[in-house]
Amino acid sequence: MKPENIELADKDETLFRPIYHTGTGFYVTLGILGLILLWALYMYVMQVRFGLGMTGMNQPVTWGFYIVNFVFFIGISHAGTLISAILRLSKAEWRRPITRMAEVITAIVLAIGGLHPILDLGRPDRMMNLLEAGRLQSPLLWDVTSITAYFTASTVYLYLPMIPDIARIRDRGGKFKWLYAFMAWGWQGTEKQKRVLNRAINILMVMVIPIAISVHTVISYIFSMTLQPGWHSTIFGPYFVVGAIFSGIAALLIVMIAFRKVYHFENYLKEIHFQYLSTLLLIMSLIWSYFTFSEYLTGVFGAEPHEMHIILYKFTGPFAFYFWGMILCNFLVPVIIISFKKLRTITGIFIASVAVVIGMWLERFIIVVPSLANPRLDVPIGIYVPTVLEWALFAGGLAVFVMGFMIFSKFFPLISVWEIEEGRTHGRKEVENRIESYLPGSS
Amino acid sequence: MPKWAMVIDLDKCTGCDACAVACKMENNVPIADPAEAQSGRAMFWMDMMTTTEGAFPNTVTKRVPKPCFHCDDPPCTLVCPVGATYRNPEGLVAQIYHRCIGCRYCMAACPFTAKVYNWYDPKWIDGAEVGNPDVSRRMVGVVEKCSFCSHRLMSVKETAHREDRPIMDGEYVPACAESCPAEAIVFGDIENEESRVYRLSRSYRVMRYGEDLGVKPKVYYLSRRTET
Repeated sequence: MKPENIELADKDETLFRPIYHTGTGFYVTLGILGLILLWALYMYVMQVRFGLGMTGMNQPVTWGFYIVNFVFFIGISHAGTLISAILRLSKAEWRRPITRMAEVITAIVLAIGGLHPILDLGRPDRMMNLLEAGRLQSPLLWDVTSITAYFTASTVYLYLPMIPDIARIRDRGGKFKWLYAFMAWGWQGTEKQKRVLNRAINILMVMVIPIAISVHTVISYIFSMTLQPGWHSTIFGPYFVVGAIFSGIAALLIVMIAFRKVYHFENYLKEIHFQYLSTLLLIMSLIWSYFTFSEYLTGVFGAEPHEMHIILYKFTGPFAFYFWGMILCNFLVPVIIISFKKLRTITGIFIASVAVVIGMWLERFIIVVPSLANPRLDVPIGIYVPTVLEWALFAGGLAVFVMGFMIFSKFFPLISVWEIEEGRTHGRKEVENRIESYLPGSS
Repeated sequence: MPKWAMVIDLDKCTGCDACAVACKMENNVPIADPAEAQSGRAMFWMDMMTTTEGAFPNTVTKRVPKPCFHCDDPPCTLVCPVGATYRNPEGLVAQIYHRCIGCRYCMAACPFTAKVYNWYDPKWIDGAEVGNPDVSRRMVGVVEKCSFCSHRLMSVKETAHREDRPIMDGEYVPACAESCPAEAIVFGDIENEESRVYRLSRSYRVMRYGEDLGVKPKVYYLSRRTET
């Protein structure tokens, strides 16, 4: 057992490498992203200074990029915690190198997405009114509640499984020893500590699933609780959740492929992981398409005038390009690429994932804007052209996402080291026993 | 408790815009740049909905004055996260400008696009900066809308209270009704069966927008045409 362990520790050195070695490429990228962030901050200051007139929003299109990106980012955040919780819960052994990255996505993107409604406020200075004079009857307050709960749960769920790894970095010594010593919470790896940690992770992973589902459900409620045609639909809750998991898996695949390349994780993230995850992506794509089909078929078949007006506007109006782009990116591209073994290479999966992320952004746009642009009464049909300011804040949000990931990778291993090790030491035996217990004739 | 309602007789309305102008002056509604107004930032509490049907030269232009409908079951107040818009016991749907956080959820929820938003710091034309001292001015980033000139109700209430009598029919009228040269806009207490509004609201010509939504709007339109 012992010599094998030493050999394994050497193998896992790849996972610690990014923490101790930083190339110039890292600083250059960080610098560029930092500039984008500064630009976005400057633009936001302009918006606060002069008012939301600086954006492309108007009457009747009173919501634009901020709300679209809010729904989009929160959707991406479902990658993480939800997927990792489901994989952990179902004891999928191949989860081990994936869960950490998935959870990091959630924590970072949730912070970005949760900020978006505040960017959208005309009076951010009165934000605290939400707590002081908040009406729980308003769907927006449901959002505040469930996003806060999800953020708390998912950051704790990210942190707890990190403790053994942090302790390991602490024991290796080097920079920021005090930080790791503090965050490791006195972890020594005793049997009792392991038991407590496992129990805490188990409780959290069960808790986090309903919270995650509630988050995107109540986000859809913002729209479906109104009487507006195109929004007032009972299917919206599950439709949004499915879309969220769909875009989340795609984002997770992109992150995995990117870091596999940059930090040379080929030994950990193998072809098989991408095959499995892309199968999940394919399933979600089909479920999403099924929901979309149901949503539009009922609208077209019933042909209630207002509803029909908006559906036709989506099919043929100024945003038709967005609508058909969405169908292309969310259905055709991923289904074709993942269904054929020849195309299902890592590059192919990467293309499919990028398409899905773009497609899901288009989907959020096509839900938010066309309904607002076509009010019920005979007022002029709205137009919406986002300004540079809104693009800047969108770019800023994406920059924060990448920066957050890069900085995280310089402090903590992106792949859970102790879980990989556990897979080697315990996992094999456990799976063997489990299969044994499935077989007929065993007790 | 009275319940204030409005009747707009489209058969009498000439589409002259006097109501919209009177409203704008009465309520200190900011003026948008022409360019801004073109891109959908014009602010009207009383909006003249204009549609043109048919091809030139056989066109029919429809003009319908549209204030806030002060629904009895308002969809906008339901969604406000901070209670900055609410329906008071007299049926007026009111805004609290100093509480509004500017999320514009009420604008998205209103089926009649009755609410307007302060996209910029408010501007007025030269000489009109002083405005009506009875109406508070709004700041950038808040939602506002027709209040049925509730400041007029305040002063009418005070007078009636001082003289120890109920408010008489036609004593409290908003600026649009007062300024209408065709007397197409009638305003009053719809719970009072003696009032003109009550009588007109029972007319066979009556129609309301959004009746099928169950929001119970309190602005009644009268028209001989089957389609307004």
